[in-house]
Amino acid sequence: MNHLSEEQLILHYYGEEDDGVAAERHLGECEACRALYGSVQRTLNVVDSLPVPERDAEYGERVWKRIEHRLPARRGVRWVWALPAPWRWAAAGAAFAALLAAAFLAGRSYPRQPAQLAADPQAGERILLVAVGDYLERSQMVLIELANARAPGALDISSEQERAMDLVSENRLYRQTAGHTGDAAVASVLDELERVLLDITHAPSRLSPGELEKLRQRLEAEGILFKIRVLGSNVRNQEGQTL
Amino acid sequence: MELTDSAIVTKARLGDTDAFRALVERHSRPLFRLAFRMTGNQQDAEDVVQESFLRAWRQLGRFDERASFGTWLYRIATNCSLDVVRSRKRRSADSEVEDPVFALPSGDPTPERVAMSGEVRERVAEAMDELSAPERTAFVLRHFEGMRIEDVSRVLGCQPGAAKHSVFRAVQKLRRALEPLVSGAR
Repeated sequence: MNHLSEEQLILHYYGEEDDGVAAERHLGECEACRALYGSVQRTLNVVDSLPVPERDAEYGERVWKRIEHRLPARRGVRWVWALPAPWRWAAAGAAFAALLAAAFLAGRSYPRQPAQLAADPQAGERILLVAVGDYLERSQMVLIELANARAPGALDISSEQERAMDLVSENRLYRQTAGHTGDAAVASVLDELERVLLDITHAPSRLSPGELEKLRQRLEAEGILFKIRVLGSNVRNQEGQTL
Repeated sequence: MELTDSAIVTKARLGDTDAFRALVERHSRPLFRLAFRMTGNQQDAEDVVQESFLRAWRQLGRFDERASFGTWLYRIATNCSLDVVRSRKRRSADSEVEDPVFALPSGDPTPERVAMSGEVRERVAEAMDELSAPERTAFVLRHFEGMRIEDVSRVLGCQPGAAKHSVFRAVQKLRRALEPLVSGAR
């Protein structure tokens, strides 16, 4: 039998190899493989001993108390997706338009609003700007991909939905930070964006070519992506000025 | 008789918050363990647990009831954990504050804590932090959670071959990083 590869030894350690008996027999006969296997074992044993704090039996109850009041009403989202498709897209279009209007206004007013930070205003403002700029860029990418998507049949947007879901979670952190630093305009934009992203995550995971085309035309006609780019650019410029 | 996850999820999807509460109480502890392994920080792990359940509640309408609720929830929690780690790295790069990845919880010394104190702990933390997001996730699920690679791939949403390679790369990186340490401890 040839020497066992590192991959085979790793699988052997986890008991997931195809032929464990043959691997064991080879290890008994081959000193080189035994030495390599010993190294894998020692490494994983060291990693394995990192302690994890235990949680008691009431932990789940405490988690529930912390999140209970934060559970959004699911009925509020459902009504949108109960609408016929054309109305659904009309609602989504209105949400996009509202978002962009808020984003555009925020982009115009943002540079004139001083951040209110206690300790180091400039550093705090820069961190927020970097985070918001990066976040806007990634949000924009999701919208661009949806706007530019082409498919002969129904399009699976589950990957964009996954990313939108991640962005929603991130949004909360930035929105709270913006709130704490007194950037009400940015907080408002992020709040609006969160709602749009939430609508995307709750959409059906497959869109018909017609639904997709309507979305694309609306995004183009309203120049939505251009306006988001302007806002992102304003944030980046402002970020540069704080350096 | 205790209801299965599947039966409880069916009720929760209809907006039954008591049913969702049962899921939260059932899955919080394993989810915390996973989140701590992923983030290495108690406070972050607490946040991940809460955020995961909030996301799960929002996404319940999209959950395929033929799938395992636990696997689905793990997938959400790993994504939340990676968000936290990425966000922390960005903040850390900005403020040059020490990254608390794998900082150990405070408390009385235990044999494990003593064994893992000082340089060893630090080196393991650094080595774990060098893993890419898929490597770290696949490794935590396979090594600490004891999942078969087939199940790891379901959580990651990838092919088993890809999950297997992420585990390989993670172990190889850890071995190369920790080899001087473990060979010295023989």
